[in-house]
Parts: sequence; structure tokens; C-alpha cells
Amino acid sequence: MTQSVSTRAGLRLLLGVALIATAACSKKPPKELPPPPPTAGETTGGGDTSGMNDGSATGAALPGSRADFIAQAGSDTVLFGTDMIDIDSTARAILDRQAAWLKKYPAVRVTIEGHADERGTREYNLALGDRRANSAKNYLAAAGISASRISTISYGKERPVATGSDESAWAQNRRAVTVVPQ
Amino acid sequence: MRSPLSLLATALIACAAAPADAQIRVDITGGIASPMPIAIPVMPTPATAATAAGDTAGLGAQVAQVVTNDLKNSGLFNPLPAGSLRPVAFTQVTAPDFPGWTSTGAQALVQGFVQANGDGTLTVGCYLYDVFAQSELTRQGFVVSPANWRRAAHKCADTVYTRLTGEGPYFDSRVVYVSETGPKTRRTKRLAIMDQDGANHRFLTNGQSIVLTPRFAPGQQTITYMSYTNNRPRVYVYDVGSGRQRLVVDQPNMTFSPRFSPDGRFIVFSMAVNGNTDIYRVSASGGTPQRLTTSPGIDSSASYSPDGARIVFESDRSGGQQLYVMNADGSNQQRISFGGGRYGTPVWSPRGDLIAFTKIGGGFRIGIMAPDGSGEKTLTNAWQDEGPTWSPNGRVIMFFRTGQGSGKADLWSVDLTGVNERRVPTPLDGSDPAWGPLLP
Repeated sequence: MTQSVSTRAGLRLLLGVALIATAACSKKPPKELPPPPPTAGETTGGGDTSGMNDGSATGAALPGSRADFIAQAGSDTVLFGTDMIDIDSTARAILDRQAAWLKKYPAVRVTIEGHADERGTREYNLALGDRRANSAKNYLAAAGISASRISTISYGKERPVATGSDESAWAQNRRAVTVVPQ
Repeated sequence: MRSPLSLLATALIACAAAPADAQIRVDITGGIASPMPIAIPVMPTPATAATAAGDTAGLGAQVAQVVTNDLKNSGLFNPLPAGSLRPVAFTQVTAPDFPGWTSTGAQALVQGFVQANGDGTLTVGCYLYDVFAQSELTRQGFVVSPANWRRAAHKCADTVYTRLTGEGPYFDSRVVYVSETGPKTRRTKRLAIMDQDGANHRFLTNGQSIVLTPRFAPGQQTITYMSYTNNRPRVYVYDVGSGRQRLVVDQPNMTFSPRFSPDGRFIVFSMAVNGNTDIYRVSASGGTPQRLTTSPGIDSSASYSPDGARIVFESDRSGGQQLYVMNADGSNQQRISFGGGRYGTPVWSPRGDLIAFTKIGGGFRIGIMAPDGSGEKTLTNAWQDEGPTWSPNGRVIMFFRTGQGSGKADLWSVDLTGVNERRVPTPLDGSDPAWGPLLP
């Protein structure tokens, strides 16, 4: 279908709107996309601290400090599957150790940062990062840490730690990072 | 700051009756474009005079260049190379040398003049002719301060575009977007504003805090956006005149995804509360937000219909992101996207007839569909195209394209055929464009 526009003097300009009309004929029946399959993040979580620690020598960490927290908990970071907010077994082990440390230092307040990989739209990823931060927060709260000690912030896809556009980088970027004040 | 705008369309003396024997046309059917050949010679001046923006003779060349670029970028016109065009004397502006222009192959001819007025303003005259019919189609005159000479040129291009296409104007408009620079792990993001062609570029924020997703208020004197000011991601309103920003909703949760209502009275936005994100509405001047959605999923990216009666938004309540339409009070929520894959960032066209979105599946692509979900069409095909925004006439979409690996983003535009895709020039990288309405 074409829409023609005649001008007073006889100039005519045809604007193609065919695409809209023809596409209307090929509307597909309602269909829900199945959830994406679990990816590497589901099974690799743990050993990768993804560069979020401050690099202090763990042997010399001041008790109650960020470096001490990372050394004692094993990691400040837990990872998530694609579009997932579930705390898997690897993440549980890390969060349990984080909770143990937080019980030892009851005056310390933390911020949990939630992040997403680059394969989501910007605003959706802000909400997804918020979900992940809250998922980690809820786990720590269930482990006995007062929720009032834990604040959350989402960075969506704005602050990746791994810069590639591949599964390995995405798995590192889908994360919640428990940040202890310096 | 720009000086207050005085842009007056002057009534140039009425034009001659138009004969109707010629049949010139531009066909864009089946995705094959054949742009109309058009000549836009340098606009002469009745008397060369100095202005704050250079002398009137030089401005005549610059105005013609801006008109040329606008029409070329629309994809509907093929301006003849400036160097090949014969000079036009001031006396010829209203009496074109039609036989001479016929031999160039141009089907339409834009002539004009630039004149300095005694009060310090400029008058830019703009005349459109049908070369083969040897007739005048329309004329417009614009009185501007010299600093606003580009606006007169955009108005002239809009006059030509609307007369020859029957579509609404869009060249005299601005874009607010996020200017980006720095490493992928730590991008610096600043609000910036510019004309739709990239001219008159200006930074609004200094980059100390991450800023995202700006949107103009209808009057374009304020911009709503999300900022990480003080490490608390929340929705703000920025006043373009004073440069001050104001928090919209003062409470501890993350607020984001803000958009003005078409009348400017409300801001619709998303708020994340304990991991659940819903859409709220608040008076643009602040106050208590009214909750519009209550699903346990992520509801965000709301966009009003141009009449303000309905809102399109995205929700993952059914699993993945899909598009929904509801009444402006939150009632009658209906899903409209049913194709394969997921859909995000819906934006209602200012014409009301279409909704643009980001199609997610493999990569990101820009697509359009009718507000009832019919007629879905994908317009772009790159690794990651995201965040559509409509031109004021609803015929062109601007978006941002992110590079695989590098994470560097830049601004692009595409028309509704999907054929005319162009990079929009920005001094640094760019994302989150929002195209404002026609300038007042």
C-alpha cells in the first residue's frame, strides 16, 4: 500500500507505509518466550571475585576493614544466572561467610550493589540490579543480619567489571557486591 | 544561554496561482528510495551587512547549507551538489531562471534571501518552486536574531518538507541526550542538549554523577532524568534556564524511568521497593505519588499517548519483558506484544498511531507497532540498538547503538521505512536520546 500526497501544483511524493500494512497480516499468535537456559553464572559463582576487592594484602588486613571482610568471607561478590535473581549454592556459601563476618562486627553497615550484564535494556537492568541486591540482602537478613544495617543500590548495566561481550564477561557482571566501608 | 527567541513568520506577498500540468514524484515503495532532486542555491542578500553571526552574504551560504543538510538527511530529497549550482541574484529570488534550472535535473527549487534589518534582526526569505511547472509552491519569511539564524534555516527546510510531503515539520527541534566518555567499566555520563542536526551542542551537567534517560517537558524549559547524585539513584527535574536540579520524590527507594505527561502536569516514573518495581505518577511540582501498577514483576518505561489518556509500559509479569497499555489512572492493563522475543522501552508516537520499542532477542533492534499490537515491524539490525525516541512529526526515530565489546554508544536515526538510517553527529559518544517537540 502506498500513500500518495498530491501538492497543489501537481508535485507528488509517495511515502511508503507499506511495511506497516503488510506486517499487520503476519501477526503471530500469542506466544510466551520460555525462560532463558541457565548459563555459566549458575555453576561458576564462587572463586571469581571479579576484581571488586581493593587489592589489599589479606594477611595484613585490619580487623573489621573491607580487606578483612573480603579475606574472611572469601569474596564480596555473588553471581547470578541470566535474568535470574536466585541465590545458588555457591552464592549461599559466600553469603554465609559474609553473614558470619557481619555478626562479628555488629557496628559495620554495608551497601549491597546490584548489577546486570549488558544484554538487557537500561531501565529494565536498573530494576534487575535492584532485585539482585535485595535478593542478597534478604539472604543476609534471613541469616540473622539486621536489615537496617544493609542498604542497597542498583547500577544496572552502568558499571561492569568485565569488559567483553561474551558469556564469561556477562557471567562476571551479573552480580551483587557487598561493600564494607573502607 | 540562548537569547529569548523571537521567531516570526512574516507574510511575504501572496504567491501566484499554480498550474498543475507537471507530475513530479518521489517514490519510496517497497523499501526502495528514489529521493527527489532539488536545488538549494546560496541565498543572496540585498545588501551585505555585518551581524553578530557574520555578514549577510556569508549567512546566505550557511542557511542554504543547513536547508540542504536537513532535506538530505530526511532521505526523501537529493540536493544537487552546492558547487554545481549557478549563483542567484537578489532580483531572481522571486523570478527564477526556470529554463536554466530545468537543465540541471532539479525538480524542485528552493531560493531565498538573508537581509539585515534596522533593529538588529535578520529576515530570511524562503521560496519553493516547481521547476517543470515553472510555478511557485509556497513562500515563508522568518525574522530572527542573528544568533538564531539556524532556526530560520530549519524553518525553511520544514516549509519545503511539509509542502512536498504533506507530513508535519520536524527540523526546528532539539534533542537532549547522555554524552558518554571513558572506559567501559566507568563511563562518565553528562546531560547534553543540541539541535536535531547536532548543532548548538551544550553540556548541562558536569559528569560527577551518572545521569540516565532524560526527557523534555512539553515546554522544553525543564528536563526530567535519573541521576546518581549523592549515590542515590533518583528522578530529578532540571531547569534549563537556571541549571538547577530538583528532586521529584523524596524518599529512600530508587526512582527511575521518568516521563512527562503531554500537558506537563505529571511525571510518570518507576520506583523499586524491596526488589519490586512498579509505575507511579506524581505532580510535576512534587507531592505524594499515586501508584498505577501493582504486579509483583518489573513494570517500567511508561510513555503517555499524545492525548494523555493512556500509558504504554513494559512489564515482565508474564515472564519476560512485554508491552502493555493501560488507562492513565492505571486501570484496564492489556498486553499488546505477542511476537517472539521480548519487548522493552515503548514510546508512543506524537501522532498517536504507532509505538516504537526495543525488540530483545539475540540482539536489540528498534521496532514499531500499532497501539493495539498489530503491524509489528523491525526497522534496524545491529548488535544492540536501544531506546527509541520520535521526531516531532512521528516519521523519524532516533535511538542509540552500542558496539559489541567496546561498549561505545552513538546516536542514530532511521525513518519508518527502515531504509534511511543515519549517524547523528555528537562530539563524544552518546546514548538515551530524547527528541523534543517543535520549538515554540
